[in-house]
Amino acid sequence: MTTVFGVPLPAILGQLMLGLVNGSFYALLSLGLAVIFGLLGVVNFAHGAFYMLGAFAAYVGLQMLGINYWWALLLAPLAVGLLGVLIERLFLRHLYQVEPVYGLLLTFGIALIAEGIMHSLFGSSGKSYPVPALLQGGFNLGFMVLPIYRAWVVLASVTVCGMTWFLIERTRLGAMLRAATENARLVQAFGINVPLMVMCTYGAGVALAALAGVLAAPVIQVSPLMGSSLVIVVFAVVVIGGMGSIVGAIVSGLVLGLIEGLTKVVYPEASNIVVFIIMAVVLIWRPAGLFGKEQ
Amino acid sequence: MRAQIAVYAVLTALALAAPFLGLYPVFLMKLLCFAMFACAFNLLLGYTKMLSFGHAAYFGASAYVTGWLTTVHGWGTVEGILGGVAVSMLLGLVIGAIAVRRQGIYFAMITLALAQVVYFICLQAQFTGGENGLQGIPRGSLLGVIGLGNDRIMYYFVLAVFVGVFVFIRRIVHSPFGQVLKAIRANEPRAISLGYKVDRYKLTAFVLSASLAGLAGSLKALVLGFATLSDVSQTTSGEVILMTLLGGSGTFLGPVIGANVVVTLQEYLSDIVGAWVSVIIGAIFVVCVMIFRRGFVGEIERRFARRAA
Repeated sequence: MTTVFGVPLPAILGQLMLGLVNGSFYALLSLGLAVIFGLLGVVNFAHGAFYMLGAFAAYVGLQMLGINYWWALLLAPLAVGLLGVLIERLFLRHLYQVEPVYGLLLTFGIALIAEGIMHSLFGSSGKSYPVPALLQGGFNLGFMVLPIYRAWVVLASVTVCGMTWFLIERTRLGAMLRAATENARLVQAFGINVPLMVMCTYGAGVALAALAGVLAAPVIQVSPLMGSSLVIVVFAVVVIGGMGSIVGAIVSGLVLGLIEGLTKVVYPEASNIVVFIIMAVVLIWRPAGLFGKEQ
Repeated sequence: MRAQIAVYAVLTALALAAPFLGLYPVFLMKLLCFAMFACAFNLLLGYTKMLSFGHAAYFGASAYVTGWLTTVHGWGTVEGILGGVAVSMLLGLVIGAIAVRRQGIYFAMITLALAQVVYFICLQAQFTGGENGLQGIPRGSLLGVIGLGNDRIMYYFVLAVFVGVFVFIRRIVHSPFGQVLKAIRANEPRAISLGYKVDRYKLTAFVLSASLAGLAGSLKALVLGFATLSDVSQTTSGEVILMTLLGGSGTFLGPVIGANVVVTLQEYLSDIVGAWVSVIIGAIFVVCVMIFRRGFVGEIERRFARRAA
């Protein structure tokens, strides 16, 4: 049997596949974070909580309302996105005038509230969500079995990331968004409703997190704290990619997922911290991040 | 000024008499440890406007190291504390050196991410006892003379250290070094143009704050007799921010009051409402950020200043 670093090749490929799946979640989450940061200048600490809420929305939808996976993919991000819109309107909007750290602190508080409520209602144990019938089973690639659901997660995530990139970089709406990021006042003077755009952007970023949550529900245990340490990894991913950079967020999300998977094979003890170590190295070498602009 | 002296006199008298007022000494010591932690944190947030989102790393690492040195290696109490503080100082130096390269929210995210590294090391390393943490940490004695097993004696020891730290922080803030920190807080580019090596000042403040946070962690480990993962966790990092913010960042007494309020709330509420405590803490966070950014002491000082004007 072929071995690399003394590890059988199928084991490496298996971990790389898992890494790519994780990377897909990182990419979706850091993309939302980057979009929100770009326009609002807010680091959304509640991003992990919205991811968790997305997964719970799918779980509750299935258990209590009989909403299947495919509808959940649409409805859960919509519901959680609306919650995001509400939070922007009621709280975040009033903090744009003060220092950006207050936005971080506010969303941290919101994350605590969301996690506390779900913990009280559903307990701390993980809930399992079934893989939808259509995506069960796996392809036999000869050297390994590729579970269809994992492949679907990667495909869906890359597609959504690509569509978001297209929307922001290639459409008229995206152009307005980018213009508002550069100079909100000027764009407002041209008659574009910037506050509405900001509100919807926050909602959309949050909806992306919820979508990641629904995608994750069948492969991980749905629990109130599933997003709380993930959000820190995603922060590191965004810092590595360069804050506010859309491409940076997507690419570094996927690549870091792969690197993490590889670390699990080579030196498992370090797999939890490898992303943070890379972040430290990147900061020393390129403080603005790999895809970021120096101010 | 006279009002200030009166406030400090009353607080000192209260602190000295507290164990005789029927209050549980271990709880009082816990309050003091977290108040010390919040004061150390305030040195950064309040006087340099650096929001470290990973201060639990220094607090918890020091708690673990002190516990490990005294339990496994049989070190004395004072040596154990010094060992813990040395480690948190070193951690502060390494993490601070990387983090001070960026400002504002970047600084917050970097300190958070690097603190997570410390968390995972504590989770996986052998000497920390992993998920179980370290238990049965002995209090020992002060240089082999005064035994600290008695709660009241331990209380006065912790109180003495706390007062020392408090006076030390006041001294730092009022020193020329503290003035430079405040200048950086007010306008960093101007401080740079005046020729100050801003990064070096920030790093010094960071290391000082980390070391004092470590001291608080060491004492906490000795007082309660254990060090656990929750000491190094993100939750603890968040709580110390809340304590400082709620009491009033950039004031001397604010963090002390904030720490007392938050720890007392947790102590009493967790029995009554269970997991809802986290919801309440989160709600206080939201209220603080939205309408109460000066905190208790900040608001009081503002009222007084307005009346004087």
